[in-house]
Amino acid sequence: MILNPWPWYVAGPLIVLVMFLLLYFGKRFGVSSNFDTLCAMGGAGRFVDFFNFDWRKKAWSLLFLLGTVVGGFISVQWLTPDPTIAISPETVKDLSALGFSNIGSQYLPTEIFGTDTMWSLKGFLILIFGGLLVGFGSRYAGGCTSGHAIMGLSNFELPSLIAVIGFFIGGLTMTWLLFPFIF
Amino acid sequence: MKYIKFLIIGVLFGIILSKAEVISWYRIYEMFKFQSFHMYGIIGSAVVLGAIVLYFVNKGSIKSSIGKKIYIEPKKKGFSKNMFGGILFGLGWALIGACPGPMFILLGRGSVAIAIAIFGGLLGSFFYYAVKGKLPH
Repeated sequence: MILNPWPWYVAGPLIVLVMFLLLYFGKRFGVSSNFDTLCAMGGAGRFVDFFNFDWRKKAWSLLFLLGTVVGGFISVQWLTPDPTIAISPETVKDLSALGFSNIGSQYLPTEIFGTDTMWSLKGFLILIFGGLLVGFGSRYAGGCTSGHAIMGLSNFELPSLIAVIGFFIGGLTMTWLLFPFIF
Repeated sequence: MKYIKFLIIGVLFGIILSKAEVISWYRIYEMFKFQSFHMYGIIGSAVVLGAIVLYFVNKGSIKSSIGKKIYIEPKKKGFSKNMFGGILFGLGWALIGACPGPMFILLGRGSVAIAIAIFGGLLGSFFYYAVKGKLPH
């Protein structure tokens, strides 16, 4: 059973368990601030003063991040015998219309993440620009899906509600308006 | 190593998001197309259950590991930073189908391409703090 995909009503409560464990040990749930920490570690402080903080104070968060990488490795090695994604038939139809193939046959579409695609100019730009938007936006808003959407909304914080509305304005614009021009 | 517990919590988080397919690009596209309940169920149930847990945390009934009241540092106020930052984040999230947590989990699953996106994320953080003073907050 553990090898099948986990339904939403298992995943949602387990995410709360993660959030609670971090709080129990005195930390606020969130992932995107690790971008700052990694920049500071890499010496970004030489160019932008903000990064001259003591990144060692965020060692707990970097270890959490390293744990997520290990968690991904464990799941792909031993917990995912069938990597297909059972997305809805409408989604398959819409993606076919955009020119995608083998839809849902694995976690990531080769049209974006395939080895040939990532080294093509367009593929590389999509990945780096998408990542840049995620990094810039999450730091501008002071949080990402974990810190704002899960933790912030659970804590009834107004800044998080505004940020999550922003997430959806951006996400819907990309998916509905911009995708036909990109793919 | 007093921090080893955070590594273990991270492993748990990585496995949960992996097994629930939250890290799949297809699931994010499907969510923004409103074609499945899956992602809304995950976020929704986490927020509802999370609100119940945080009610007791903020009330002080649930204490920290060292027996103290848990203080939750609030997010910074400001309409522009949260709205504009949120929109930029959303554009990127929908494009590459991964937010920061899933990016690193996908790296652990062996995706080389996601490393380019992570590098982009680092550049994004760097640029933000470089131009922070010029942006509305």
